[in-house]
Amino acid sequence: MESEQEQEAGALGMASGSVLRGLPTGADGTSIEALGLNAYYGQKQVLREVSMKIRGGCVTAVIGPSGCGKSTFIRCLNRMHELGAGARVTGRVALDGQDIYAPTVDPALLRRRVGMVFQEPNPFPTMNIRDNVLSGLAMTGRLAAGQADEIVERSLRAAALWEEVRDKLKEPGLGLSGGQQQRLCIARALAVEPDVLLMDEPCSALDPIATARIEELIHTLAGKFTIVIVTHNMQQAARVSHDTAFFLGGALVELAPTNRLFTSPRDSRTEDYITGKFG
Amino acid sequence: MIAMRRRSVPVGEIVFRALCLGAVVVPLVALVALLVAVIAEGVGRLDADFVMRFPSRIASAAGILPALAGSIALVLLTMLIAVPVAVGSALYLEEYGNRGRFAGVIEVNITNLAGVPSVIYGLLGLEIFVRFLALRQSLIAGALTLSLLVMPVIITASRESIRTVPNALREAALGMGATRWSMVRGVVLPMAAPGMITGSILALSRAFGESAPLIIVGAATFITFLPNGVMSSYSTLPIQIFNWVSRPHEAFQTNAAAGIVVLLAAVLCLNAVAVLVRHRLQRRRN
Ligand SMILES: Nc1ncnc2c1ncn2[C@@H]1O[C@H](COP(=O)(O)OP(=O)(O)OP(=O)(O)O)[C@@H](O)[C@H]1O
Ligand SMILES: [Mg+2]
Repeated sequence: MESEQEQEAGALGMASGSVLRGLPTGADGTSIEALGLNAYYGQKQVLREVSMKIRGGCVTAVIGPSGCGKSTFIRCLNRMHELGAGARVTGRVALDGQDIYAPTVDPALLRRRVGMVFQEPNPFPTMNIRDNVLSGLAMTGRLAAGQADEIVERSLRAAALWEEVRDKLKEPGLGLSGGQQQRLCIARALAVEPDVLLMDEPCSALDPIATARIEELIHTLAGKFTIVIVTHNMQQAARVSHDTAFFLGGALVELAPTNRLFTSPRDSRTEDYITGKFG
Repeated sequence: MIAMRRRSVPVGEIVFRALCLGAVVVPLVALVALLVAVIAEGVGRLDADFVMRFPSRIASAAGILPALAGSIALVLLTMLIAVPVAVGSALYLEEYGNRGRFAGVIEVNITNLAGVPSVIYGLLGLEIFVRFLALRQSLIAGALTLSLLVMPVIITASRESIRTVPNALREAALGMGATRWSMVRGVVLPMAAPGMITGSILALSRAFGESAPLIIVGAATFITFLPNGVMSSYSTLPIQIFNWVSRPHEAFQTNAAAGIVVLLAAVLCLNAVAVLVRHRLQRRRN
């Protein structure tokens, strides 16, 4: 299946960007490859033998019905899954060829490279906007005095929030609107300079306008980062991603360039799902 | 029309309301009566001299200074010992402990310890600190004993407070590469601090009024000097009051009443501090 995807991707080449209304790709971004990935909550297996390749510098959307393991899958990519009580992972996930489940890997160091944005905007309530942006660096002991202002501005600009908050950096993060809070969380994730950004339904708690702004933002981030975004919204997947992976019952059903997956799915289950027969 | 008309209140409801009202009013009246009686008796005796003088065999010359100083020193020392240990335990149990059977056993134990009568802690302190560790009747032995007494309460309050921190915030911190400890320090502690501080102060104000365990671990009843170190002998307000109450002479009863007023004032101060701190921290958060 991977080779098929690679062929497709190769055939479309970097042109896939232009097909998707100017969604840029970064040729040298960090690639991720899952090989025979299984995930469990206690006795319950929620991911089954997932093998897939996520192209570096591209946006990969993960779709599928509720409970099919989308969140679990992306949480396996930065070793967040194993934090839950009784949660276990077997198999391999390689980041640029390096196995992140190898015993020598420090999960905390890995997570600096693989950042995460969650479904509900979750700025730290005890911190103001500025401190929220700097929190990742502060908590990893890398906040050099004198650089703080520059990092705050750069991250907030990258998250398309700077103009709206530049005059109230000292105000609490929770005082912002939901969409602004989510962009603050993206700024916070960007401040630690990750290579990969995992987004778990980042727009599902937002109204359409805020959603459009986040999608716009994903367009500007595409190419600079490898992005994996879980979404319930197939139009959204079509709008923001290069590749789309369809999950069902904890297994990967189909992974293909987004426009191919939505126009001519190979698997009948994918077709049923995208035509709304179930889910 | 009919449905809208107010129906007469059933008898059961009236009785229940009366009972509830009684449950509030009776203890309140009793408490107020007690307070008024004590203050009325003690307030005449209460002056700067009373607070600044040392005990004496002559009731009218006796003061409460060493007991007051002893109480304050004891509570400060207890705070220094109990709060870090209890907050550390709470953090360990909530943030690090794997929620296995072991955690369940500890959980039940701590909850039960909070309900053990204080005399038992006194006996424990007598065996461990006074005798086994040979700390004798010192301030530190008293503080360690009181620490045992307040720790379960502070641990329980701190754990409640830690549990109110949403998991999403922990994941956000860990997701940026924070280690568990930096996550706890950067996210959990600032959010849980108000609850921890209030819990600690309330527990300590209880320790402030405690007498039974201190009688057992040897707080003195007649001290003519101020505590001058952790190995010093000491007295406390409740012990001094207890001592005066047990004297037959009428004048000492008045001293006891005045002592009670001082004790109540001190405890009220502690509780006021708890409320203030809580408001401060919560205002800062919003
Ligand atoms: N903490 C947990 N303990 C036990 N089972 C869990 C836990 N979290 C999730 N699961 C189960 O794992 C499966 C996959 O969950 P997951 O959250 O990955 O699904 P999802 O595809 O993200 O769903 P949604 O679209 O609703 O977010 C589900 O069947 C769910 O019930
Ligand atoms: Mg999910």
